[in-house]
Amino acid sequence: MTAAVDAREHHLALFKAFAGNGAAGSPAWLRDLRGQAIARFAELGFPSTKQEEWRFTSVAPIAETTFALSHGRDAPGVTASALAPYWIAGPGAIRLVFVNGTFAPALSAAAELPRGVRAGSLRAALASDAELAQRHLARHADYQTSPFAALNTAFLSDGAFVYVPAGVELERPIEVVFAVATDGEREALVAHPRTLVIVERGARATVLESYVAPQGGVYWTNAVTEIALAQGARLEHYRIQRESREAYQVATTHATQDRDTVLRLHPVALGAALARHDLRTELAGTGGELILNGLYLLRGRQHADHHTVIDHAQPHCASHEYFNGLLGEQAHGVFNGRIIVRPGAQRTDSKQTNNNLLLSADARADSQPQLEIYADDVKCTHGSTVGPLDETALYYLRSRGLAAETAAGMLTYGFAAEILGRMEHAAVRDELDRVIRGRLADRTRGGRRGAT
Amino acid sequence: MRGSGKPERESALLEIENLHASVEGREILRGIDLRVNVGEVHAVMGPNGSGKSTLAQVIGGHPAYAVTAGSVLYQGKDLLAMKPEERAREGVFLAFQYPVAIRGITNAYFLRSALNAVRKARGQEELGPVEFMDALEDKLKVIGWDDSYLNRPVNDGFSGGEKKRNEILQLAVLEPKLAILDETDSGLDIDALKTVAHTVDKLRRPESATVLVTHYYRILTHITPDFVHVLSGGRIVKSGTKELALELEEKGYDWLREEAAVG
Repeated sequence: MTAAVDAREHHLALFKAFAGNGAAGSPAWLRDLRGQAIARFAELGFPSTKQEEWRFTSVAPIAETTFALSHGRDAPGVTASALAPYWIAGPGAIRLVFVNGTFAPALSAAAELPRGVRAGSLRAALASDAELAQRHLARHADYQTSPFAALNTAFLSDGAFVYVPAGVELERPIEVVFAVATDGEREALVAHPRTLVIVERGARATVLESYVAPQGGVYWTNAVTEIALAQGARLEHYRIQRESREAYQVATTHATQDRDTVLRLHPVALGAALARHDLRTELAGTGGELILNGLYLLRGRQHADHHTVIDHAQPHCASHEYFNGLLGEQAHGVFNGRIIVRPGAQRTDSKQTNNNLLLSADARADSQPQLEIYADDVKCTHGSTVGPLDETALYYLRSRGLAAETAAGMLTYGFAAEILGRMEHAAVRDELDRVIRGRLADRTRGGRRGAT
Repeated sequence: MRGSGKPERESALLEIENLHASVEGREILRGIDLRVNVGEVHAVMGPNGSGKSTLAQVIGGHPAYAVTAGSVLYQGKDLLAMKPEERAREGVFLAFQYPVAIRGITNAYFLRSALNAVRKARGQEELGPVEFMDALEDKLKVIGWDDSYLNRPVNDGFSGGEKKRNEILQLAVLEPKLAILDETDSGLDIDALKTVAHTVDKLRRPESATVLVTHYYRILTHITPDFVHVLSGGRIVKSGTKELALELEEKGYDWLREEAAVG
């Protein structure tokens, strides 16, 4: 416990320096928000595995590391050519790049945007679109219950701001890239990137968040993303986490959906030694539709924990959640899927599946569905599986002439491809397909060491 | 079981002798003898639990079934020593009673991979996606499908009838020498049965043979078997021609069980 208390003191001290330094020029409402958030963090502290929500995930490695704030650290090594291999959304994308938590316009690809569309730095938006930012920041991602959202809010200074005004259908995807540079740093860095996506009435957009580490190393990303969809809005949202295999990532994604909105979330976790993603959506208007389509592909000693909450607050909404996990070597996947159907949320149609493929005897998966249903006229189903490749399926493929290894590779790839198949943006899907094929080929090569 | 009037040894495709097999320590097959020559259609019939599907799976190479005695020769070679994929490449095809869904893998990709594995083993050039689609066009027509089925994951979300048709599509694409159809007729409505049966009949070639494993007579009204064998208690208790199948249709299986018990 002492380490956790020390860690809390350490982050409070960092905040004191931050608040007294570069953040002092911020508007009063933001200073207030930060003050409330750090106070809440001081009360909550780091969670322990004694707390139900954190039973399978120990954040001790984060609490025991002394981090320095990444804000404003120079990163000469993070160049356009160093980042280019990480682009996902293709050459036509509007690209916003953040290095060490700060907007890097030289690395970004701005474009002429349709009238009223904003895609840029949140820091700039705090001045230029103060009213909008104030209306939405910290309104969706609740920092009262999450110490990590509280800490991110306390250190809120920059991030991505996307605003699509009513009726605008934005064809080109907006790719937001967060990179942490560890080169030449003596201390481990912590970044608190923030993303705010607002899609107004009847508007439509595709947004991709990407977390990359061109230099590898130990660091911590503590990200918060807030998404607000106004009536009739549609958003296709990707989140590709490829942090360093030594790094930590804690992430919070909170979305609020108004009437008749369609939100399609595709979180993909490939990186980090330790990753935790809390994902919450509130279906706050009738006729809303949510597709939550996630994938985690882990190996080595990687640990990834997804906690999702789908809150059906209004009637006639549909949520379909699919999470597939592929776990190799000693990797550990955790999935906790909570579905709440509030009183009066009749005609809710909710489906949840979590399938985990164990690719080695030492890999582990914990899967927990949690249904809380307070309405009677609803359709809710859930199912989860944990296990190795299906023997009958392997035999079926072999009986058609495919070698055992080819058959195993095909089934494994299919497990990931099932999730990719639900992604609408072809360029994103194809690039992810390439990344995942590469990763699986890697695994097979590594896996042969122990075979026969 | 010899096909009368057919030439001997050189035309034998499958020779099963005294085959015993068990699953989970339970003996299911208790001495099967069966010979299938090229050009022939055999029907293996029998009540539930008689060992029909076990026989089909042992020929296919299902790892859960252990052969405890006997031999199976395919084109004179020891079939039991071959892995399932080697059997497929040598021209053995088993249409599954319960085809397996393969999530995330499209039918087109699966079919092309299977065909190329078989072609490679035959010393033929592998087909690229475009050539494959061309080659597939006629096969699809035969089973009355459009190409929408090709972009769906293998058997995933398919109805029972669609799964069975998909097995027949694979049969058409892979062009095996020995086709074992394990209750391909079960769960099909009359129209689907007709299509499937006619397709199988159309796909017959003089150098290939077909074994229909079935509980019911009705598929045999569309494909006329040269021989009919009745399985009971893991043995072939009676063999004959298509008239035997008719007799079974009228009298059921019980009289054979009694006959076997007396004998």
